[in-house]
Amino acid sequence: MTAMRQIQYREALNEAMCEEMVRDERVFLMGEEVAEYNGAYKVSQGMLDQFGARRVVDSPISETGFSGLGIGAAMYGLRPIIEFMSWSFCLVAADQIINNAPKMLYMSGGQFPVPIVFRGNNGAGGQLGSTHSWSVESMFASVPGLKMAIPSTPYDAKGLLKTAIRDDDPVFFLESERLLGFRGPVPPPEEDFTIPFGQADVKLPGSDCTVVALGRPVHFALQAAVELAKEGIFCEVIDPRTVRPLDIDTIVASVRKTNYLVIVDQTWPFASVAAEIAMQVYERAMDDLDNKIVRVNNEDVPAPYNRAMEQEMLPNVRKICEAVRAVTYAA
Amino acid sequence: MTTVTSQNKAARLSDSLDAQALLGMLSQMMAIRRFEERCAQSYQQAKIGGFCHLYIGQEAVAVGSVAGLQPGDPIITSYRDHGHALARGMHPNYAMAELFGKVTGCSKGKGGSMHFFDKPRHMYGGHAIVGGQCPLGVGLAFAIQYLKEPKVCACFLGDGALNQGAFHESMNLAAIWNLPIIFVVENNSYSMGTHIARGTAGAEDLSVKATAYGMRFARCDGMDVLAVYDCFKGLGDAIRSGQSGPVFVDCQTYRYKGHSMSDPQKYRTKDEVTTFEERDPINRLVNSLVESGRATQEQVDELDNQAKRQALDAVKYANESPEPDVQEEMFTDVYSQPYGPYKLGQLPIMLTDSEEGQST
Repeated sequence: MTAMRQIQYREALNEAMCEEMVRDERVFLMGEEVAEYNGAYKVSQGMLDQFGARRVVDSPISETGFSGLGIGAAMYGLRPIIEFMSWSFCLVAADQIINNAPKMLYMSGGQFPVPIVFRGNNGAGGQLGSTHSWSVESMFASVPGLKMAIPSTPYDAKGLLKTAIRDDDPVFFLESERLLGFRGPVPPPEEDFTIPFGQADVKLPGSDCTVVALGRPVHFALQAAVELAKEGIFCEVIDPRTVRPLDIDTIVASVRKTNYLVIVDQTWPFASVAAEIAMQVYERAMDDLDNKIVRVNNEDVPAPYNRAMEQEMLPNVRKICEAVRAVTYAA
Repeated sequence: MTTVTSQNKAARLSDSLDAQALLGMLSQMMAIRRFEERCAQSYQQAKIGGFCHLYIGQEAVAVGSVAGLQPGDPIITSYRDHGHALARGMHPNYAMAELFGKVTGCSKGKGGSMHFFDKPRHMYGGHAIVGGQCPLGVGLAFAIQYLKEPKVCACFLGDGALNQGAFHESMNLAAIWNLPIIFVVENNSYSMGTHIARGTAGAEDLSVKATAYGMRFARCDGMDVLAVYDCFKGLGDAIRSGQSGPVFVDCQTYRYKGHSMSDPQKYRTKDEVTTFEERDPINRLVNSLVESGRATQEQVDELDNQAKRQALDAVKYANESPEPDVQEEMFTDVYSQPYGPYKLGQLPIMLTDSEEGQST
């Protein structure tokens, strides 16, 4: 294996799209400001120059229109990548993305697969107020027919996005604006690597408490693990990377080892991904738990604008440390 | 904006249709009419569940437009979709079996009345959220343009969809990208029980919708299958040859039955229905054929008898078809690349049947 490079999360996304567009003529990118502006967040930097306006398409601000367009084009045999500048903006396209895309194959008796990727920034950006701070994973993960990936590192971003584009089913690909500039090791371009869906990654091995986290909060969990290690509590941090499919087996295996579980989830607690993971662990490993499962979710309020309030509303390092201490009786 | 009217022209495109082609269109309209009558009966017998929206009265729109387009042109429509599927050549057996929820149905009994699909015949579905098919239709047209294919997408919608955001976003996208699409409003004046005049601005002249997007407009008499044919033959060829961009067509038609099977129709008078029944598209074509000597009354009667038999046979086929294996079929067709509890399914019998499935 050739040496890894350190590249940004946004560069990893860009490489994944470019490589797949070179590989498959049917793949195209459409979204607001993806072409001439080079991406509102520079994720599609240079793609218009490389692929031209036929395959890198600036759409007007019409989420219903262009997300539905992508679904129709996918039914016809193309493989669209539809970028939402923010997943917060996908809500106006809900009928298209959760009523049409994930149900088309089933309703047509298997006649019309919808190989499409919806991707964009997910989660609170930084004092954007409640309408622009959506984390959509809990709301959408309950819909059968779609797949969902939430990469937390440049490596995962590239490997999972390439898999998403090659997948024959609709994939909701949830990126993080706060991670776009984050650097990490990624294999060189000549190495065609992909990451299969449904395989969790143990971001940090540990013996004392399992901490499951997805997306940006994975980094909070890793920081918390550093703090807790100073206290002699060694966390095993697991990133499921995809929610549909969910690799519950890796989580359960870890819980069988540590006997404690904290789940970190940047959505509201009620009917959340964290609640689902907790339930699935209870179903499989109730007797292996030495305490109840503790969740660190968003507080159950709309995202506030005020900086201190926003930070306190989201999962953070302090809350995760408190949760781990409490669940392991070290509090 | 260019207004195209097919009437009052010296020569009509349909003038070149021979008797066989005309009888083919008549036969299709009759097949849809008789099929829908059997649907109503079967619904009343509780053989069909859910919502069921009949196409009776509007047959000329689906038949005339499909005849005017090419067989490979993709079509997509709303929940009132039986007529489009049959006009495209779906065998009534698979259509009726779908309504009966049988595994032999076009969507293996998992779609129902509002979700007919026929991939080999380029029928991209009935779609049940009003206006929701419009962006999909734009996507079909985008794909045609992307792949540089000489095709045209026909996206059918009811007049109720004119008031949905999805429709307007679709018109805008089609216009700015000059996509090969015809938006076909099957204007039967009612969105469920609300008259178009109560719900749609500019209802008296829908050309304003096209004007708003700088799009070509056409209007045709949706109760006259030849007028519909003329309109779509002309527009389809113009778009295909690059002489026209997207078009918005107001097809003025009428549904004789309620919005769905449970509609008491208190919003309109019997006289209004009668007025339109007197302009019935099937009778109109029959009269024209018989009066001009291009067909005999006997020929016409025989076509209708065939349509009746075919509809009855479809009911028999649907009745005798097996129910799906519930546990088995429930978890198929959720994913193309399945995981966990999901499985790949068999293709619908319609597609695997060599006689019916592969002809286009």
